[in-house]
Amino acid sequence: MPRYAMAIDTRKCVGCNDCVAACKTENNIPLGYTRDWITEEVHGAFPTLQLEIRSERCNHCDDPPCVSCCPTGASHIHDRGGVVLVDHDKCIGCKACIAACPYNARYVHPDGYVDKCTFCIHRVEEGLDPACVAVCPTHCMHFGDLDDPESDVSRLLASRPFHALIPEAGTKPCIFYLT
Amino acid sequence: MVQISRRRFLKIGAGTIAAGSALRNAARLTEPARAAAESGVRTVPTFCNVCFWECGAIASVRDGKLWKIEGNPLDPLSHGRLCPRGTGGIGAHFDPDRLRAPLVRTSERGEEKWRAVTWDEALNFVAEKMQKIRNDYGPESFAFFTHSLGGRFLRHTLRAYGVNNIAEPSFAQCRGPRDVGFTLTYGDDVSSPERTDIENAQCIVLIGSHLGENMHNTQVQEFAHAVGRGASIIVADPRFSVAASKAKFYLPIKPGTDIALLLAWMNVIVREDLYDKEYVGKYGFGFDQFAQIIQPYTPEWAYPETGIEPEAIRATAREMARYRPATLVHPGRHSSWYGDDAQRSRAIALLNALLGSWGRKGGLWVPASMSITDYPYPPYPEPRRPAADNPGNRYPFADESVSNGLREATITGRPYPIKGWMVYSTNLMNSLPNQPETIRAIQNLDLLVVVDTIPSEIAGWADVVLPESIYLERHDELHTGPFKQPYIALRQPVVDPPADQKPNWWIAKTLAEKLGLGAYYPWKDIEEYLAWRVKSSGYSYEQLKRDGVILGPKQPIYFEDGAPVTFNTPSKKIEFYSVQLQRAGFDPVPQYTRPDEGPPGSYRLLYGRAPMHSFSRTQTNPLLMDLMSENSIWLNGNEAARLGLKSGDYVRLRNQDGVLSDRVAVKATQRIRPDCVYMVHGFGHTSQGLRSALHKGASDTQLLTRYKVDPLMGGTGLHVNFVTIEPEV
Repeated sequence: MPRYAMAIDTRKCVGCNDCVAACKTENNIPLGYTRDWITEEVHGAFPTLQLEIRSERCNHCDDPPCVSCCPTGASHIHDRGGVVLVDHDKCIGCKACIAACPYNARYVHPDGYVDKCTFCIHRVEEGLDPACVAVCPTHCMHFGDLDDPESDVSRLLASRPFHALIPEAGTKPCIFYLT
Repeated sequence: MVQISRRRFLKIGAGTIAAGSALRNAARLTEPARAAAESGVRTVPTFCNVCFWECGAIASVRDGKLWKIEGNPLDPLSHGRLCPRGTGGIGAHFDPDRLRAPLVRTSERGEEKWRAVTWDEALNFVAEKMQKIRNDYGPESFAFFTHSLGGRFLRHTLRAYGVNNIAEPSFAQCRGPRDVGFTLTYGDDVSSPERTDIENAQCIVLIGSHLGENMHNTQVQEFAHAVGRGASIIVADPRFSVAASKAKFYLPIKPGTDIALLLAWMNVIVREDLYDKEYVGKYGFGFDQFAQIIQPYTPEWAYPETGIEPEAIRATAREMARYRPATLVHPGRHSSWYGDDAQRSRAIALLNALLGSWGRKGGLWVPASMSITDYPYPPYPEPRRPAADNPGNRYPFADESVSNGLREATITGRPYPIKGWMVYSTNLMNSLPNQPETIRAIQNLDLLVVVDTIPSEIAGWADVVLPESIYLERHDELHTGPFKQPYIALRQPVVDPPADQKPNWWIAKTLAEKLGLGAYYPWKDIEEYLAWRVKSSGYSYEQLKRDGVILGPKQPIYFEDGAPVTFNTPSKKIEFYSVQLQRAGFDPVPQYTRPDEGPPGSYRLLYGRAPMHSFSRTQTNPLLMDLMSENSIWLNGNEAARLGLKSGDYVRLRNQDGVLSDRVAVKATQRIRPDCVYMVHGFGHTSQGLRSALHKGASDTQLLTRYKVDPLMGGTGLHVNFVTIEPEV
């Protein structure tokens, strides 16, 4: 069984928001909402500065609190790749998952259900990369199988320093930022 | 019933309608009908038009509705990946504010009150007025302002009519100084897309060029790749740009002192014997005089001017030399900053020459091109008077029309009156500095026609507004870029326009027919024209329709591989010392002039680009506005604290001439020097028709009341305005 993950190269990312634009068109996200976003973190004082730019989204955690707290089973782990999904028909919009997610990765769709990044599983199952990965002009995003040591993601994580977001939440996130 | 607010209702007089209200409803008749008829997904290859890079793309339509657009993998510009503007470009099709029908003005210019008319009525009106201008003043008294590829057909019509005043603000307000500086040095400019070999550069030097924020697709792709493979990046910028964050050396230069830095770099490279002697000896002209002239400009001399420590100047000069000739000192693009910009660009050209990078791998390649046959049109009439933009050749090295010169001629009536303007795809109110001057010029016109997709500010001043279909709804001229590998690309319609918008070729052809110039359009429709050009050039139009792009033959693009070594300068060499400049009374080697300081307590106003928007023309695209809905004013964090401001606080900017901006949010950040502020260009719209962008953020152009004209080529230096910050109460 694969374990899907992303490795995102913060050295190459320019924060252009193309990942956000591609997600919005691919997945028909309503205006005013988004499944992914750009974060910029600045350290230091002018002119000695460090800037980390990150493309962020649902971390598709190994231990997802959004799934364990869901009263209807709408939030679930997909049977392939460990992808965390929301079954829109089962979702009652109670927002327990929104409260549980340490990454603020979910929103209530105007149609009443909770929505979030799906790793573009509809594309992945056709052999394509998620839309955000496929569009990125800097090629800073890599999607693949953590359990396959030959995957891009595995090789990058084996050879480059990286960090995940809010590891202390203990959710075992599957998006890794190469530094 | 359509809801109309009281405010809007009051604006609607008898027989008039406000732009973009009732006209919007026309769309609802056509789109659903078409959508219902179509199911499934179809794709159409075309090329983008959100910026002038014009990347090859493939658009997808799902169940009759425009769904998404992606890069065309065959395209050498995008390599299958569009930038955010390209990806979000489909939003322009759904833009609720876009123009829908031809409009004729019904009240004072600038009041934005129009009557919707048929195309026939609008073009008859335009043709009649144009005939009158031709009869009363001569065809030279009609001017055309245009941008990018879409204006080619209108240009053809107007040249057939006799227009010789054709200006692109992209020259004097943007890339012109750079192109002139390089042409003076190498006899050729850096073309567009630029001939920068970022892909193979080992060392990349960016002077104010903010790649990554400035989203020229191919360059950003290659830049990110260069960062990934560990190329040495040197960035000189008053602002810690995204590119600066990737740099090995960041030089926080004082604004306006780039020439001092460039002279000091060249001084070190010559003094320490680090330049490419073989290259300079073989191709250079006047090197000894040049070396003599730059001799005093040591890093110690440059330090108090630039604020850059001498050791940092030496270290970066040595770094460039270490990787030569694979060191690219990027020529930049928008280069009209301080009024001495052609000379600054010439200094950049000369630094590249010392490093031997022009024509070399990792430097600036030699463009490869393919020959596409022009359609055989009748010859254009000979103008009886020279162009009006540059009387007496006062800007002796302007090799394109100077838009601000044309504006001045319109104001003064000298050297002869300019009585008509057609404006295509350039929002002159935001592309030319000093808006009151533009308005004065407009008030002298007998006719102002604006062809645009949205009710831009310049459309607000028009007598007639002609709504163009967007790039996803039309054919266009072939795209034939000289590039690393040459290509032809086809723009073809993906979806129908939602209302009565028309493609520019149709507008141009129909207007020509109404002007009695039908002989200039022997073809019946655009595909006949396009297919003729493609087939006559030996390529398959069917293949082009299917693939969107046809690549031409690969050719050597580096001197070392056999690319032609040609310098079209007077000496036929790279001119380190320029006799033609010296004879015209200018510095034969660039010299530094200290920039003027602003009033005490003011900040120099700098502006630049964001990756999510193009100029001032994308701020009603709902998708792109969702990514960035307003600009902010970058202010050094310590200065912000001193003024009691924090990020998100709204302020207004007042410039040295008392002009007050719209409200704009502060971005208090360590990422900028304390003596300047920075904003993204294109926001702060004032056109009532741009409802979703109206007063969102502040307009830099509104604050650019001053400009410093480049004496070599007439470009307008725009980084010469200063602002103070007034908290919004």
